[in-house]
Amino acid sequence: MTKHFKSLMLATALGTAFAFSAQAEEPVRGGTLIHAMAQTPRHLNPAVQSGIATGAPGAQLFAAPLRYDEDWTPQPYLAESWEWSDDGLSMTLKLVEDAVFHDGEPIKSSDVAFSVKTIQENHPFKTMFGVVTSVDTPDEHTAVLNLSQPHPALLLAMSSQLMPIIPEHVYGDGQDPKTHPQNSENVVGSGPFKLVEFTRDQNIVLERFDDFFIEGRPYLDRIVYRIIKDASSRAIGAENGELHMLTFENTVRNIARMKENENLTVTDEGYAAIGPINWLAFNTGSDGPLADVKVRQAIAYAIDKEFILKAIMQGLSQEAKTGIHPGSPLYDDTVNAYELDLDKANALLDEAGYERGSDGTRFSLTIDHGNPTTKPQAEFTKASLSKVGIDVTVNSFVDFPTWAQKISNHNFDMTWDTVFNWGDPVIGVHRTYSSDNIKPGVIWSNTQQYSNPRVDELMDQAGQEIDPDKRAALYKEFQQILAEDLPVYWTNTLPYHTVYSNKVGNAPLGIWASSSPYDLVYLKEE
Amino acid sequence: MTLLQRLAYAALLLVAVLVLNFSMMNLAPGDVADTIAASMGGADAELMAQIRAEYGLDQPFLVQLGAYITRVLSFDLGYSYFYNAPVTELIFERLPATLLLVVTAQLLALLIGVLMGVYSARNPNGITNYFVTLFALFGYAAPVFWTGILLLIAFSLKIPLFPVAGMSDVTVEGGFFVEALDIAHHMVLPVITLGSIFLALYSRLSRASMLEVLGSDYVRTAKAKGLTPREVTLKHALKNALPPVVTLAGLQFSAVISGAVLVETVFSWPGLGQLALTSILARDTPTILGILFFSALVVIVGNLLTDLVLRWIDPRVRGRA
Repeated sequence: MTKHFKSLMLATALGTAFAFSAQAEEPVRGGTLIHAMAQTPRHLNPAVQSGIATGAPGAQLFAAPLRYDEDWTPQPYLAESWEWSDDGLSMTLKLVEDAVFHDGEPIKSSDVAFSVKTIQENHPFKTMFGVVTSVDTPDEHTAVLNLSQPHPALLLAMSSQLMPIIPEHVYGDGQDPKTHPQNSENVVGSGPFKLVEFTRDQNIVLERFDDFFIEGRPYLDRIVYRIIKDASSRAIGAENGELHMLTFENTVRNIARMKENENLTVTDEGYAAIGPINWLAFNTGSDGPLADVKVRQAIAYAIDKEFILKAIMQGLSQEAKTGIHPGSPLYDDTVNAYELDLDKANALLDEAGYERGSDGTRFSLTIDHGNPTTKPQAEFTKASLSKVGIDVTVNSFVDFPTWAQKISNHNFDMTWDTVFNWGDPVIGVHRTYSSDNIKPGVIWSNTQQYSNPRVDELMDQAGQEIDPDKRAALYKEFQQILAEDLPVYWTNTLPYHTVYSNKVGNAPLGIWASSSPYDLVYLKEE
Repeated sequence: MTLLQRLAYAALLLVAVLVLNFSMMNLAPGDVADTIAASMGGADAELMAQIRAEYGLDQPFLVQLGAYITRVLSFDLGYSYFYNAPVTELIFERLPATLLLVVTAQLLALLIGVLMGVYSARNPNGITNYFVTLFALFGYAAPVFWTGILLLIAFSLKIPLFPVAGMSDVTVEGGFFVEALDIAHHMVLPVITLGSIFLALYSRLSRASMLEVLGSDYVRTAKAKGLTPREVTLKHALKNALPPVVTLAGLQFSAVISGAVLVETVFSWPGLGQLALTSILARDTPTILGILFFSALVVIVGNLLTDLVLRWIDPRVRGRA
């Protein structure tokens, strides 16, 4: 698995790395991109804050070792080459020469070591660099990450969203990195754009960093992120030309309308690594009927996934049959998809010993939803399950913390939820099914209390398997077992869309959407 | 009540508001650790415990309440979890934007509303009167966000006259005058949206008040003395018809936050209303409590001021201590 990517580096430098790069037009320099954002980030440093709100500006302010286009192949970015050792226990990064931070200081291997340490200590995704035992810096441009076990997830973890290279001479001053003042102002980054101003709840203004290490980039003079929380206002802004780009839009009504507009391109490409999946979660550890796998399967058979996809999502989202996003190379679409089958549902419920009572009801369950966007699914579940004799009460919670408390303390029967893959399954998928991750009080842990030793074993092996084919085989079995056990019933991807004006060239359609560097994005001549 | 009694009463009221708000916030399940964990896309138990310890959320309720009251009495509203900044700083950072929006909307609504009210009271059977009544009912009944979106679709999308969101355009470069013009440009739609509610209230109330006054004996006397209709309306009638309108304006003015939340959300106006919404969704307790406390303060001070203004324009009130 030795890789040298000098030639690829050259290719990237020629600007062929992005989707739509087949357009033979020459990118134009200059211009200000007006980019909408739906929420205000807490701050701008992705090393100590996960999430897409920080990821978008963070990916412009900070460079990462690797970058990805739409086909999941790692490409050189701040690292011009990367190499696994033969035993898979170390990864050697060669940094680009002459790269500098926004304050002119050179970017050194010690900054890589410092960034890894900061992320390890402060970032919530402990699995990303948890197995990194140390980082050696034999010279200024070489960093060697030593691992306690092989860890292929490292490749995706080295993306902008997850591994920004931050300057040790700024963030290593002894202040808590989580609340460091330079996370929000006077940010000293390594990326293609530098910060001009960040006004909370209003805008983030970035300008071109002239000494960016890739010659001739970025193309844009400025990026202005406008924070607009109201989805309808964002759609109107896109339609009247005031906003050049919207990312992570998922209000189907607005998306459908923007698709009609001939000045806009609306696409769902670019969210495969983010990997947002909607599912119906079951509390498998409850002492009620949901502990029985037959009941869970019956519920899946009784819910018409087609209705969710066509009516609720208006055909704008993809079917998701497993916990791995359909856009991932590891996705297995051969699993049982639980197409609507009321006879089968009834038969399974009978088999499980839940006969219909005199009023036709077998038993009662509750369904919670904390996110207003899943209310239609919750109502639909109630209607669907009444057909097979399950009486469902819908509990709506307007605010997130109330719902999170309830679910994370396993105090529920069923709930609709949306959970992200975050690239590699080790980062965002394992947490939902691992027996070690049943942690009361922690949302998006294994709140289903699902436990299967074979599944644990598969995750453990796949997490360490460097051979991509063997790894895919392990994850295939993992998905097959889960589709039988059904701790959650996956239905669809969240209909995230990127909407951009026809003036925009090289829109961010790689796997990380707007959490990727915009050095290739440009605005066409009027 | 004397002024001193009033002030003491106001201070007691404020402390009661503090205790009540804090208790209610604590009764709600979940806390900021949950929302911080969520904003990170998940967290581990150690981190959650660490967050709770850091913000003193693991302390008993009474200890937390005591600490909070002590802090507020020393004019410290605490530190925002979500924004990583002192709450006082956040409030004063957002106050100008909200004041600009609300004061402009209020003053315009008051001016136009009183004019409309007086006009339709003078011509109670004219077509204008019906028009004003209809308009007022509509303006009062239509939900704010609906009016807002409707205006956006009409004047931002179909006829692109006004920007869709925000208070200013960062790409606009120029001197003070250019920037002021830019802000004014952004203000038009939110001011109309917010003003339409107040306008309805003021026009209806001043119409009713004027009708009542115009039917009274002293107005008939004034007319009999041979004064012109204009003199009667302005000098005799309007002055006596205004107190109820002023009272209402004072009360409305105090409710500066509640009216602003929806309008600020629709138009992404960076004021207190948006701050309130963001902090409620993030369960950023110090910020929510800070805004509530500040609102209570504004209401109480606003009511005191309304009293003073009424004494000034209404001699009958002056007689009552």
